[in-house]
Amino acid sequence: MKSQRFANTAMGVLAWVVALLIFFPILWLLLTAFKTEQQAFTVVPNFFFSPTLESFKTALAQGSGYWHYAWNSALTAVASTVIGLALAVPAAYAMAFYPNKRTDFLLVWMVSTKFIPAVGVLIPIYLVYSAVGLLDNALGLTLLFTAMNLPIIVWMVYSYFRDIPKDIVEAADIDGASIMQTLFKVVLPLALPGLASTGLLALILAWNESFWSITMTDHSAATLAVYIASFKSAEGLFWAKMSAASVLAIAPIIVLGWFTQRQMVRGLTFGAVK
Amino acid sequence: MAIVELKNVAKRYESQHKGSSSNNAVDNFNLVTRDGEFVVLVGPSGCGKSTTMRMIAGLERNTGGEILIGGKDVSQVPPKERDIAMVFQSYALYPHMSVAENMGFSLRLKKRPAEEIKQKIDEAAQTLGIEHLLDRKPRELSGGQRQRVALGRAIVRNPQVFLMDEPLSNLDAKLRVDMRAEIVKLHKRLNVTTFYVTHDQVEAMTMGERIVVMKDGEIQQIDTPINLYDFPANRFVAGFIGNPSMNFLRARHADGAVSGPGFAFTLDAAHTQAMASRRVVDVWVGVRPEHLRIGDAAGANRVEGTVDVVETLGAVTMVQLSVGEHVVTAQLPGHQTVRIGDTLTLTCDSDKLHLFDSESELAIGRESAAASSATAEA
Repeated sequence: MKSQRFANTAMGVLAWVVALLIFFPILWLLLTAFKTEQQAFTVVPNFFFSPTLESFKTALAQGSGYWHYAWNSALTAVASTVIGLALAVPAAYAMAFYPNKRTDFLLVWMVSTKFIPAVGVLIPIYLVYSAVGLLDNALGLTLLFTAMNLPIIVWMVYSYFRDIPKDIVEAADIDGASIMQTLFKVVLPLALPGLASTGLLALILAWNESFWSITMTDHSAATLAVYIASFKSAEGLFWAKMSAASVLAIAPIIVLGWFTQRQMVRGLTFGAVK
Repeated sequence: MAIVELKNVAKRYESQHKGSSSNNAVDNFNLVTRDGEFVVLVGPSGCGKSTTMRMIAGLERNTGGEILIGGKDVSQVPPKERDIAMVFQSYALYPHMSVAENMGFSLRLKKRPAEEIKQKIDEAAQTLGIEHLLDRKPRELSGGQRQRVALGRAIVRNPQVFLMDEPLSNLDAKLRVDMRAEIVKLHKRLNVTTFYVTHDQVEAMTMGERIVVMKDGEIQQIDTPINLYDFPANRFVAGFIGNPSMNFLRARHADGAVSGPGFAFTLDAAHTQAMASRRVVDVWVGVRPEHLRIGDAAGANRVEGTVDVVETLGAVTMVQLSVGEHVVTAQLPGHQTVRIGDTLTLTCDSDKLHLFDSESELAIGRESAAASSATAEA
C-alpha cells in the first residue's frame, strides 16, 4: 500500500513537471509581452518586473494592421472550416453507412496525403496559384486550408458517424426518409457534438497555420501568422512586441476553445439502443 | 394489409477472398403468406432468418428470386417505398427526439396534417399504454418502455407489412413473456401481415400462426406450430422444436421393430409400412422426453439405462439416463423416487415415435398434409 501511494505521488509530480515544461514557453511569452524591449532582452531570466502595456499598444497601433490580419485569419479559418465540413459530411456519410471494399483504402489514402511535407508540394502549388492569380488572395488561402484540413475533417466526421448505430439510419430509411432527410433530421443532430469539436479543431489548425500563410501571401490576404513574423524585421528582433502580437494572435482561439469545451464533450447517442 | 410472396429468394455474398467459393446466406426461399398472417422465422444464429427479413424490408437486395408485396414485385424498390414498418432488436429509436416525435416521424415526413399525426400518436400510445411517456426522450425510458415506443412507431404507420427482428431479446425473462402475449393481441387487433424473426423456439411456437424453420440459409420446414411438433420433416426440426429437445437413438430395423443397445420399440402401422419398402436398416429413432414414462423390463417398448441426473422441478421431474452410447432425457411427473445410479426402464407409445433416415435425416413415414404440399412447392 505504501509503495503504491509513493508511486502515485511520484506520477503526480512527474505529470506536473511535464505540464509545466509544456506550459513554460506560453508563460514566458505572456510574461515577455508585458515587458519593455530592454527587459525582454536580458540574458538573465527576469520574472519580477513592473508590467507595461507598451508592447500591446504598439502591436495594436493604427499602422500595425492587427485588425486587417485578424480579419484575414478569421475569414480564411471560418470559410475553410465551413467548406471543409460541407465537403466532409457527405463523404463521411457515404463511407460510414454505405461502406464498400475500397472504403478503408480511401480513408488511409486521404490521411496519407498528410505524410508529404508541405514544402514538397510548394513549388507546383505556387506556380499554379501564380498562373491563376490566387497568390496573396483570401480565396486562394481558404482553398489551401480546406485541402490541408479535409483529410482530418473527413476522418473525424467519419468516426463520429460510425458511432451512430446503423439501425437508426435504417429505421429512418424504412420510416420514409430520403438520404437528405436522414442526414439533416437524424444523423447530423446526433453527430452535432462531434461536428462541433471537428469544426473547432479545423478552425484552430487553419488559424494557427503559418507555412502557407507566410509563403503564399504578402499583405492583402496575410493572416496573423504573417503579422507575428513581421516583428522580425531587418532592423532587428523585437521580443516584447513580437510576444504581445503572439498573445493577441492566439488569444481569440484559446478563448473560443475554453467556452466550447463543455459542448464538445457532451455525448448525445446514449439511450438510442439497448 | 397484404399478401407477401417470396419466390426462390436468394442472397449470395460475393466472397472477399479470391479462390474460395461465394457464400449463400439464403437460398431457394419460397413462401406465400395469407393476408394478415403472423409468420415466424426461426432458426439458430447464422441461419439466414434476419437476412431474409432484411430482404423483405429492402435493407438488403435479394440477389435471386422475387419478393412480392400485395402482388407487386418490390425487389428493386427502396425500403421507404415498400410501405413496411420494422421493429429492430435494438429498438433503433431516434435518441434526440421525444417519444411522440419518434412515433410521428414517418407521418411528418409524409407531410400529414399535424392534427392527424397527433391523433394517430395518441391512438397508438393508448393501445400500448404509453400516453404518459410521450414527452420523454428514449434515454429516460426502461427497456420495456422503449420496446413499446418502437412498436408504436411501427403502428402509427399503418403499414402493409410489419417486420420484427428479435424485438424481445433485449428484455428480461418476465417482461418477454408479457410482451409476447401483447404483440399477439396487437396483431389480432390490427390484423397486419407480420414477419417475426427469433432464435427462440418457445417464442416461435407461442406466437406464430405459421413457422418457417431455417438452417444454413435453407428452409427446413414451413408449418403450423402443432404440425412442426407432431410431424417434424427432418431430424433438425425435430430437435429444434420442443423443449426439452427430442432424444435421438441410433437403431437398426428388423421385422416391424427398431432396436439398439438398451432399447427396443415396435413400430405402428404407418412406420411399418414405410420401413417395409426401404432397404436401409439403419435409422434414427426420435422420442420426445415428455412421451417417456416409467415402464417395465418385460414391455415391448422399452428404454433401459442408468440414471445420471435427476432434476426435481416440482410439477415435473427431469431424468437423464445413459442408454448405451446415448443420453436420454425423460420428463416424468413430479415426486419421483428415482435416485442417481438407479437402473430405470422407460416406455413410450409406438405412435409417438419418430423415425429419421440415418443419412438424409429426413422423417420416415410421418408427414403432415401441409408439410407435403410445401415440399412439393419447393
